[in-house]
Amino acid sequence: MMIRRVLLLATLLTVFSGAMAAGLEAFDFSGNVNEDRYKNLIAQLRCLVCQNQSLADSEAALAHDLRREVWELMDQGKSDKEVKAFLVARYGDFVLYNPPVKPSTYILWYGPFALLAIGLLVLLRTLKRRSKQADSGFSTEEQERLKQVLGTEKPDKE
Amino acid sequence: MPRFVRYLAPLVAFVALAGLLYKGLSLDPKLVPSPLIDKPAPAFSLPLLQHPDTQISDSNFRGEVTLFNVWATWCVACRQEHPLLMQLAKQGVRIYGLNYKDERAAAKRWLQMFGDPYLANAFDAEGRTGIDWGVYGTPETFVVDKKGVIRHKIIGPLTSDSIQHELLPLLKQLQEEDG
Repeated sequence: MMIRRVLLLATLLTVFSGAMAAGLEAFDFSGNVNEDRYKNLIAQLRCLVCQNQSLADSEAALAHDLRREVWELMDQGKSDKEVKAFLVARYGDFVLYNPPVKPSTYILWYGPFALLAIGLLVLLRTLKRRSKQADSGFSTEEQERLKQVLGTEKPDKE
Repeated sequence: MPRFVRYLAPLVAFVALAGLLYKGLSLDPKLVPSPLIDKPAPAFSLPLLQHPDTQISDSNFRGEVTLFNVWATWCVACRQEHPLLMQLAKQGVRIYGLNYKDERAAAKRWLQMFGDPYLANAFDAEGRTGIDWGVYGTPETFVVDKKGVIRHKIIGPLTSDSIQHELLPLLKQLQEEDG
């Protein structure tokens, strides 16, 4: 029973991975559209349906349509920027894997650096305070007395 | 800095972070805010589902508050939503449909079987109008005001709850606006 299940699973996985690999539609790259540019571009765009996949990876019907759209826009001579703007106008910044830098994303882009700066400040202050404490732990008189009590030289130890 | 502030700071920071993350738990990442809200409805001109020779365009929306419902026969949640659309239509809500990436015969049969709440259906076989409207999952329902501006979008099937608390109050408010 168990073995049959495993076999079934293995078969299904094989079949579906084959289907996935065959999924990317064949566009004509002999004309205006540069294949590398196209592939690079669809890898930067997010599939709205399966949100953790790029347009390049997704098998969703919408991803298929959007790839066709990207190819056609490129065929019309649109730049990468214009293609992205076309999709952002319809689906929002969410289609971009790299969120644009703007006021609502400042925290996202600069937050980590701000945290790092705060951490460094705290570290510096702590270090400063420690070295100060080491300096002024005892007054000069107290230090003199300490030396007398403890002996100025460290006892040699073999 | 008073001492108690220094000891309380980590606690405050922790509570703030926990609150933020808790809020995050209740957000649905599937709901992508549409950039089309408060923008004019994207122009389109498509054949009618029922009469392929006649065209329907976004100008049909002008002058009245309208729902634009994106649906398909292959969409399970659309089936679930359909009775609610029928109810809305009965209450006099104007509903246009975008039959999205569907087969004409299947869509017509659907309307015969389950009833037709739509004033008319645009037939978007290739889904291009869908892309222009930023559709990424059916069903989606757009609320278009009298000026032809998209005012709201409901992603996923309507529920009696969302109709009562979200849709109807908004429609009422939009009805009172000038055309």
